[in-house]
Amino acid sequence: MKLKTILLGAAAAFAVAPAAMAERGADGHVGVIYWQAPSIPSPYLSGGTKDGDAASVVIEPLARYNENGEMVPFLAEGIPTVANGGVAEDLMSVTWKLKSGIKWSDGSDLTAADVQFTAEYCMHPEGGCAQLASFDGVDKVEALDDLTVKITFKKPMPNPYGPFVGGQTPIIQKAQFANCMGAKAQECTDQNFYPIGTGPFMVKEFKPNDVIQYVANPNYRDPAKPAFATLTLKGGGDATGAGRAVMETGEYDIAWNLQLAPDVLAKMAEGGKGEARSAFGTLVERLEMNLTNPDPKLPPETRSTREEPHPFLTDMRVRKALSMAIDRNLLVEIGYGKAGRATCNLVPNPAIYASDNTECLTQDIEGAKALLDEAGWTDSDGDGVRDKDGMKLSILYQTSTNAVRQDFQALIKQWWAEIGVETELRNINASVFFGGDPGSPDTFQKFYADVEMYANNFDGTDPQAYLSMYRCDNEPQPDNQWNGQNINRFCDPEYDKLIDQLAATGDINERAALAKKMNEMLTKDTYTIVPLVDRGRVTGVSNTLGGFILNTWDNELWNAADWHRIK
Amino acid sequence: MTDPANTPLNALEEPEITRPPRSQWRDVWDQFSHHKGALMGGGFLVFITLAVMFGDFFWQVDPKKLDIRAKDFRPIYTVLWNSDAKVGWAHPLGSDNLGRDHLAQILAGGRTSMAVGWAAMILTMLIGTTIGVLAGFFKKIDGPLMRLTDLFLSLPILPLMLVAVTLFRQPLRAQFGVETGMFILIVGVIGVTSWMQTARIVRGDILALKEREFVLAARASGTTSRGIIFRHLLPNVLSPIMVSATLGLATAIITESSLSFLGVGFPSDFPTWGKMLADAVPRMQEFPERVMLPGVAISLTVLSVNYLGDGLRDALDPRIRGR
Repeated sequence: MKLKTILLGAAAAFAVAPAAMAERGADGHVGVIYWQAPSIPSPYLSGGTKDGDAASVVIEPLARYNENGEMVPFLAEGIPTVANGGVAEDLMSVTWKLKSGIKWSDGSDLTAADVQFTAEYCMHPEGGCAQLASFDGVDKVEALDDLTVKITFKKPMPNPYGPFVGGQTPIIQKAQFANCMGAKAQECTDQNFYPIGTGPFMVKEFKPNDVIQYVANPNYRDPAKPAFATLTLKGGGDATGAGRAVMETGEYDIAWNLQLAPDVLAKMAEGGKGEARSAFGTLVERLEMNLTNPDPKLPPETRSTREEPHPFLTDMRVRKALSMAIDRNLLVEIGYGKAGRATCNLVPNPAIYASDNTECLTQDIEGAKALLDEAGWTDSDGDGVRDKDGMKLSILYQTSTNAVRQDFQALIKQWWAEIGVETELRNINASVFFGGDPGSPDTFQKFYADVEMYANNFDGTDPQAYLSMYRCDNEPQPDNQWNGQNINRFCDPEYDKLIDQLAATGDINERAALAKKMNEMLTKDTYTIVPLVDRGRVTGVSNTLGGFILNTWDNELWNAADWHRIK
Repeated sequence: MTDPANTPLNALEEPEITRPPRSQWRDVWDQFSHHKGALMGGGFLVFITLAVMFGDFFWQVDPKKLDIRAKDFRPIYTVLWNSDAKVGWAHPLGSDNLGRDHLAQILAGGRTSMAVGWAAMILTMLIGTTIGVLAGFFKKIDGPLMRLTDLFLSLPILPLMLVAVTLFRQPLRAQFGVETGMFILIVGVIGVTSWMQTARIVRGDILALKEREFVLAARASGTTSRGIIFRHLLPNVLSPIMVSATLGLATAIITESSLSFLGVGFPSDFPTWGKMLADAVPRMQEFPERVMLPGVAISLTVLSVNYLGDGLRDALDPRIRGR
């Protein structure tokens, strides 16, 4: 009798389950695995993607980008534009209206004062805020009333959606962080580890560089969400392990950034517990040509700086020949499969900014040889390597340590050997290569090599800041502790004029035309940057997780509130 | 003597020599050849050494040559249980995901791994034995030398390696070329960071030995310190040195592979056993042979060196010999 009751009860529970979906916390637990562990859940105190993502389920911005790169309001009532009067006619200010009735997880009300405080927090001169670039050009942020906030700029901003749009700049609570301004920001461990937020979850337990346990926020604005009562974000391990945990063993529901060869991913997906999804953003794997001389015999003050031009890569014909010898479609097939597309563009997305430049997609070994002959590089001593005036066409080609990148290096080396270019390969530990330590000779900024390969992208949908990196004198050099962003040491006054013009243009179509022109100046007109693959972001997702939308324009976990378990 | 009548009594005659006199090395060989494992180990070591040195005369395929059309070949023997497998006599041990021939890679990789292993091991033994003997024999420098050993023991190898590569890579590359430069650097760093165990063991043995009577006797008869060390002490500590040498060879091969894996070793297209192993791990389920073949090569080499060392130690120790 008793057993029967239990069975009946269980059956009843199952019958009711679909209805219970619309109840907060009804779907139990969800697990997320990142192979880089979060060290502090705050995008303001760490530039790492992992840290921003860990914070994104707790604290939210006014608006986010959706999977199509369009803005959707989160804490704001709507998106301010010139048309609806939210953005001033002279592009000098933008006014946001907050949704009413939004509460922090401690039960207090979200007000415009919190938004104003967040700006003060990040723009504090002693704070060392990692998202300062988003507040670039902001003069002041003021709360007009409880639900209205106005951002004033120092000069007209054609794109006023820098601050508080996208996962990099979420709103933090004034009451909690009031004593953590400036130099004290890093010391407020409790506040930094356990932020009070408006998002669907709140941090229950945080172990730095290991794991974060979240529980559903009882004061979340939608009473039916989130469907999960708890969320675990586990960090560490490697991409292979993370992929297996989702797709083969099913221990976790989401595995972030699986940069693995397509056959490896396909094999994992045979595990049947999940699938690898990919979406394209702005991440481009490219070869960067060094226009300056990295010869170790030069003194450290001038090595790889504009004072010493490169002996042969300054010749555009050599750069073009190197690009022509590459079969990009084969690279995609070997390294990325469905998660990559061959590209000739530095800005491959959004569509409005992408140039229709496809010239480089066909490999042309003979053309490359002819071009080198024309440039005067011939194999005069018969050793298979072209030379000119006693100098060999010999290239040091470096990148970070990653199985796919090493495969690319081997393939490209072979193609270059076919056109008579000798290549020495070098791979450097990623944390050193991207570490940015001005004392290390092995960083990608120092560029003590002839050619290097890595991937880069831009946040949001507007490429202005990205294209502005190639301004003359913005290159890494001893004067700026090798912190510049113009990695190739590209310098063209024409290009600089276009940068200024872009910054002063408001009309979207004119901006797109300018951006395309700049993109072409860097790629097909000069081959300074040789793009290879437009890389998608690959995420492993469990078959039982519903509502997850892969979004390359914002945080990976941007819509955690909508996730649910498929029964 | 010419007159047979004057022949002395038979009893005083030298007994007839029934077999030729035995040299010491003959005894050593007899003892060694009784150790089956040592014989097999030695045989395998000779085989693998000859194979990696001269193999490319017989198998003339460039290990770095990519051939995408011939990628992912399986070894010939796969046909035994899977007749659909993609195999071909052009690649008897299969090819990797970029179509590089596996057999040629094993041969070329073995040459690097063995060279690094042997060179680093010899360097380690030289440094370790020298420091151990000096510290054990000369009381004055015992303290400083052992503190130096402790210092090296406490050094974390990986950061040290990164620093060494940063500092010395460029000058060595300019001086000797990429591959020789890296070889010197890797052998040097492995040697400098792994001699400490040997030094401690040797010092301990020397401390005990130098109080023994035969050393006292040697000293009393006027033997110099140098003579005592080379004639009396070193032969007696040979067996622990042999054991650490065999372990050292194994460690050197493994360390080289982890360095290559982290990208501070040889260029990525330069095959070594360790790197082949590390590269193959993500595709282990589909292509187990890519892990197995270099893995088995490393294991068998290390095992054979171990057995060889074991046999040599037994053979060289007069107290064990003949038992």
